Amino acid sequence: MNFTEEQITRYSRHILLPEVGGKGQQKLASAKVFVVGAGGLGSPVALYLAAAGIGTIGLIDSDLVDLSNLQRQILHYTPDIGQAKVQSAKRKIQALNPDVQVESYQERLTARNALDLIRPYDVVIDGADNFPTKFLLNDACVFAGKPLIHGGILRFDGRVFTILPKQSACYRCVFKSPPPPGLVASCQEAGILGVVAGIIGTIQATEALKLILGIGNLLTNRLLDFDARSTTFREIRIRRNLRCPVCSEHPEITQLVDHEQEVCQLPGTASVSS
Amino acid sequence: MIKVRIPTPLRSMTGGKGEVESTGGTIQELIDNLDSSHPGLKDRLCDERGEVRRFINIYVNEEDIRFLTGKHTPLKDGDEVSIVPAIAGGSL
Repeated sequence: MNFTEEQITRYSRHILLPEVGGKGQQKLASAKVFVVGAGGLGSPVALYLAAAGIGTIGLIDSDLVDLSNLQRQILHYTPDIGQAKVQSAKRKIQALNPDVQVESYQERLTARNALDLIRPYDVVIDGADNFPTKFLLNDACVFAGKPLIHGGILRFDGRVFTILPKQSACYRCVFKSPPPPGLVASCQEAGILGVVAGIIGTIQATEALKLILGIGNLLTNRLLDFDARSTTFREIRIRRNLRCPVCSEHPEITQLVDHEQEVCQLPGTASVSS
Repeated sequence: MIKVRIPTPLRSMTGGKGEVESTGGTIQELIDNLDSSHPGLKDRLCDERGEVRRFINIYVNEEDIRFLTGKHTPLKDGDEVSIVPAIAGGSL
């Protein structure tokens, strides 16, 4: 694939980087990234990946844009309220960079569809707001051998790390199973400083770009913990658990299951983005 | 003294403090001592059998206690203990 004059100009600041260059930009143009969630984390992830010239971005989200989302979900604007998040997202991405092909899936990620959905993609990014989806996505990426970039945010805190299945610690190596409802503050109860989603999401996007370009050191076997109040990043060493229920030699989990509890929902509330 | 980093979801039990000091020769003793000064904290960290809950990790000087000797991991003056629970969020 040859770049047009316009594309060379668009990506010139990338191409100038010796670590990227024309070859690297070609890699980005042929890469396919699957983003789970078009919300707080998914917004900066999708926008930066689109700007960077990622060839195909897959976006899955079943929700509609709600007024309470706009404090942090920068893919969506006030006139988008009530519209499907994936459609709102697709319009912004295409306006930003028409080179990008956007595949949108207005549905939930489930044990039934997860493997089929991630199969065509090179990298998967976790921008989900609930534990069942995070665990399901981890397991699906381990089974499919897809790199997964995990992110989590709550209040003033954020976490991020990269998972290379069977090579580096996976989400279940670190956290074996989802917490039971009520034990961990839900997103809706707890709140989130909007910009924390931006900080964690842009780190996730950085990891995806590095992974595709094959440059630098990935955030594997290291959990990066950000505290906005003190503006500190802390690195916690993590490692593969030889008895991990999903990525070890003798896993307990051999097929995908939908965890029933929706930890991020208050009992009796509808599914609203947190 | 052992410095203990308290994660956001548990700070309601420490008067909002992100760091507290406590004592204990092992993780188990530390958790018991933390529970005396911050009642209810042990229930949040451990299940009914007294085991650390599966979605919570405890690190001593940035090393996971699962790779040390679990709740029997010895502690010494000046050690730093971090409690790291799973967090979700991002909005699907």
